[in-house]
Amino acid sequence: MEITKKQVARIADLARLELKEEKVEKFALQFSDIIGYMDKMNSLDTTGVEPLYSPWAGTSVTRRDEAAKNYQRADLLVNAPVQDGQYFIVPKIL
Amino acid sequence: MKNITQKSLLEISRLLQERQVKVMEIVQACLERIDETEPKINALLHLDRESSLSRAIAMDKSGPDPDKPLWGVPITIKDVICTRDLPTTCGSKILENFRPCYEATLVKKLRDAGAIILGKNNMDEFAMGSSTENSAFKTTRNPWNLEHVPGGSSGGSAAGVAAGQCFASIGTDTGGSIRQPAAFCGITGLKPTYGRVSRFGLVAFGSSLDQAGPMTRTVGDCALLMNVISGHDPLDSTSWPGPVPDFPAAVSKRQDLKGLRIGLPRQYWEEGLSPETLERCENAVSLARDAGAAVVEVEMPHAQFGIAAYYIIAMAEASSNLARYDGVKYGFRDNSSADLLEMYRKTRSRGLGEEVQRRIMIGTYVLSAGYYDAYFKKAAQIRRLIQQDYLRAFESCDLVCAPVTPSTAFKIGENIHDPLQMYLTDIFTTSLNLAGMPGLTIPVGLGKDTGLPVGIQFIAPAFEETIVLQAGQVLENALPALGAPKALN
Repeated sequence: MEITKKQVARIADLARLELKEEKVEKFALQFSDIIGYMDKMNSLDTTGVEPLYSPWAGTSVTRRDEAAKNYQRADLLVNAPVQDGQYFIVPKIL
Repeated sequence: MKNITQKSLLEISRLLQERQVKVMEIVQACLERIDETEPKINALLHLDRESSLSRAIAMDKSGPDPDKPLWGVPITIKDVICTRDLPTTCGSKILENFRPCYEATLVKKLRDAGAIILGKNNMDEFAMGSSTENSAFKTTRNPWNLEHVPGGSSGGSAAGVAAGQCFASIGTDTGGSIRQPAAFCGITGLKPTYGRVSRFGLVAFGSSLDQAGPMTRTVGDCALLMNVISGHDPLDSTSWPGPVPDFPAAVSKRQDLKGLRIGLPRQYWEEGLSPETLERCENAVSLARDAGAAVVEVEMPHAQFGIAAYYIIAMAEASSNLARYDGVKYGFRDNSSADLLEMYRKTRSRGLGEEVQRRIMIGTYVLSAGYYDAYFKKAAQIRRLIQQDYLRAFESCDLVCAPVTPSTAFKIGENIHDPLQMYLTDIFTTSLNLAGMPGLTIPVGLGKDTGLPVGIQFIAPAFEETIVLQAGQVLENALPALGAPKALN
């Protein structure tokens, strides 16, 4: 299947990536190659086959719904690029 | 003591417990070996020289602890596994300065067992790659020939263990990332059953595929490490609550392969193997036959769809898992952006490498409206069929045996500009991760044309790691040792 430059730009937008024009071009060619290879799956009829999403389809594991203080705020904030000791700081949204 | 850094982990552990060597001697020997080999192979991203030395002093003072099977043993960890007092970069610029405030469960278990964590190993960024060329920081080289790749993504771990920088490393395997570099560097590597080793603290790539496991110079070392890192963990909801066998005890119980049926998947042995790979692997199979194994042919009718299904699932899961790198909570942020959306885009485009961006985007594509059924669901259906292929094969054999790679380690730069070609080198390793089953690779000699190591893998039903370790041990005993890597002499 051919993947167009327009499609690549659209996927980049969905994935929150910003690509330079030459990369859009390069990815369009490579994606056509890769997706084209994946299309070989279509030669196999899988009607009625139950998809397998995890090797061990166990039941969902839940914990008790109780608050626990496992980490200190300061320890969690220390890796943030911008923070004020209380919160993560991000650029203006509105 | 001569050549101390080439000894097995089991041997070093015994010498330490018997006080025949001091922890300080061992740590210093490893550091010297690192100083000597690191400029050639680039296996490490971080070296914790000072605290390794101070731990050695403290341990020599307190004396050996027989309850700690790794007491005083220097090991390294792939940089995708969280370590509290060391950086954890995943080989990515976006996590260049990241220091986790928690420890991976398996790291905690290693430390509790007395191991000294010397440093963190280089890797393909976020474990995406088969050559370690995708690291944002350095390219690791194969200790057998510095012009060749060590494999990937756990290439730093494999090269470091082969070079004698440490006595073992812990790698991770999403589609072959323990087994392929182990084979390329001539060491032993085990991908445990999905659920056997806790994934808590393992930075996620493909959550339904990822599994951490040991990379060592002998099968016995691998078995010992499995005893330490295995087991249920309430912090990982996919970790298996079943019992953990005593792996070294199981390995020592078997001296031959009598009564074992080894299945050779016809599709894997016919699939364009290089002549030297085929020759070494067939030799290993005939040694297994000599050791009493019955060799049977088995069918993997869906093998040809393995790579396509694997890459779709792995990329889809990656696109979701890597959404967290947005410049807010940790890691690199682009500070030139005026608004939030632009900050996300610029941060991710500048912080993530090209292969990671490629996979996030293809993953996003196969999950997007209109393509989900054709790609993601289809791949998951094929995954079911591949798992059934294995289950059917195990009706007529106890373990499956296959090559690890079609040829020995390729040259640096050979596949890096053709992503599809690089993916296709994973032909024999990915199906195992789709099925969740355990696989052990051991070296079976040097190829007669390239002089580089060839590996073979044993695959067992889920949670039957003991069978592959037993078979690996018998074969290791029957094969001549590879010796020290040639490019480091």
